[in-house]
Amino acid sequence: MHRALTMTRRRIVSSIPVLLIVIVGTFLLLEAAPGDAVDAYLLSLGGGDAGLVAELRQSYGLDQSIVKRLTLYVGALLQLDLGWSVAFDRPVLDLIVERLPNTLWLMGAATALAFSLGSLLGIVAGARPGSLTDRTLSIGSLALYAVPSFWLGLVLVLVFAVDLRWFPTAGIETIASGKTGLARVADIAWHLALPVSALGFIYLALFLRMMRAGMAEAWRQDFVLSARAKGLARRRIVLRYVARNALLPLVTMLGLQAAAMLGGSVVVESVFAIPGFGRLAHEAVSGRDAPLLTGIIIVSAVLVIAVNLLVDIAYALLDPRVGSGEVAP
Amino acid sequence: MHSPEGVAGLCLIVLLAAMAFAAPLLYPGDPLAIVGRALTAPFTDPALPLGTDRLGRDVAAGLMHGARTSLLVGLATALVALAAGTLVGTVAGLAGGLMDEALMRVVDAFQIVPGFLLALAFVSVTGASLPVIILAIGLSAWTGPARLVRAEVLSIRERDYVAAARVIGMHPAEVALREVLPNALPPVLALTAVIVATAVLVEAALSFLGLGDPNVVTWGSMIAEGRNVLRTAPHLSMVPGLGLVATVLGVYLLGEGLADAMAGRKARG
Repeated sequence: MHRALTMTRRRIVSSIPVLLIVIVGTFLLLEAAPGDAVDAYLLSLGGGDAGLVAELRQSYGLDQSIVKRLTLYVGALLQLDLGWSVAFDRPVLDLIVERLPNTLWLMGAATALAFSLGSLLGIVAGARPGSLTDRTLSIGSLALYAVPSFWLGLVLVLVFAVDLRWFPTAGIETIASGKTGLARVADIAWHLALPVSALGFIYLALFLRMMRAGMAEAWRQDFVLSARAKGLARRRIVLRYVARNALLPLVTMLGLQAAAMLGGSVVVESVFAIPGFGRLAHEAVSGRDAPLLTGIIIVSAVLVIAVNLLVDIAYALLDPRVGSGEVAP
Repeated sequence: MHSPEGVAGLCLIVLLAAMAFAAPLLYPGDPLAIVGRALTAPFTDPALPLGTDRLGRDVAAGLMHGARTSLLVGLATALVALAAGTLVGTVAGLAGGLMDEALMRVVDAFQIVPGFLLALAFVSVTGASLPVIILAIGLSAWTGPARLVRAEVLSIRERDYVAAARVIGMHPAEVALREVLPNALPPVLALTAVIVATAVLVEAALSFLGLGDPNVVTWGSMIAEGRNVLRTAPHLSMVPGLGLVATVLGVYLLGEGLADAMAGRKARG
């Protein structure tokens, strides 16, 4: 436990400069955009006179120098103030906090689906490396990995919502249904079934292939050979000796695909009209809302750091070998 | 290359490349031009074999020109990412010290921001055109090659032949280019398939969201356009999607086939 704590502290400290680079980089990138929030606002108004423009720029602090604004921005960030969204006319942090849970549910469920089904099929494929089942599953999962998530979403909508009418086409829950408690949870789950599948089935391949590769590796190890020589049942060897040793590295995959999945949620949420974090990013781009987009990128970076940290802690707790050599200099 | 998977991948890519090269010959006009009645069903008009979309544009022409865009974006992104990654990785690995530390923190920063969000932000700032989209996707693709090149350089620069080159008085830049880089590159080239495949998918997703180059046909924008008539004419979004799957799958299979072939040669030799 002490080891995990030391590691956590060191990882948090080392991620501070990285986060600072992200903040400054994002700020400068969106600063380079032609036109600012005031231009976008004026466009929505249909124009305005020069006095109004100057007044608006001043009220948003857009008349200051770039270094001044960057310092102000970072200073505000330290107080958890992410600025003001121009498109929504609300604080950026409120918007993100409001939208994030939907995306976390979507990603969590998709990850659970990908991990459980992927490792299960990986065990089936890795039980007999090189067999027909193995090859079929490997190619099939690769084909699935080649599918764009938004297109898979449309296919699922076409089959399960338009033709079969089993699931709704869009939304996060039935509007104004008045449902509460478990009935509401069931309603949300029913709405999320297709988007979770669209996002989860694609990453299934990663876990399947990693599990399979790990098992192929384990088959060559001496302890498996000795288990076979002892005459243990094949099923027992596969589950207790081979699969067990291949399962642990899959945990690291959870952290690696967090960033990819967060990016993937942008399109999937747009396809299924889920009011989540990813869709907010798309809305920020459409609304030319630089403060909102900056906030979204910074929060997503923090999120990815947090997920990776959690994965590392879990790994250190699961595998006693990790970190044993990491004595602080 | 002996594996059936690799051969299948090669066939897919050759087919798609043929489509891409034939596009301007078979359909020399603008694929975005209106050529017939809107929503002509496929296989009804010999001049428009795959019918037309909601605006009366030729689906077959769009499909062919779309292959061109996808392959171009995929290959160009890989080129940009490999070049940038190699440069940063080599500098970091050879310079060491503070320079190495600083460059690797920048690599970290680019890696923790979801690549798609980064591309989204970059395109929204600079305006969508094909070169911008290639750069935008490259922004998150160069980190993998950079890390790998750095690791290779770190191991190679300690070898005797590099020390010998230094001893005979070779200029550091010459050591980097003639002794270190040629040996550090082969493992990095194995990343190409993944970069190309990811770039094709990201470009499609950007176009699907309406952030692609509006003057170029892309499969992503065709899918988005077909989505409006998903119930009545589902083929309009299904067919370009299959094109994307074929492209990405082909790239993966070919990449794996080549990797296997190279590993096999190494094992035999």
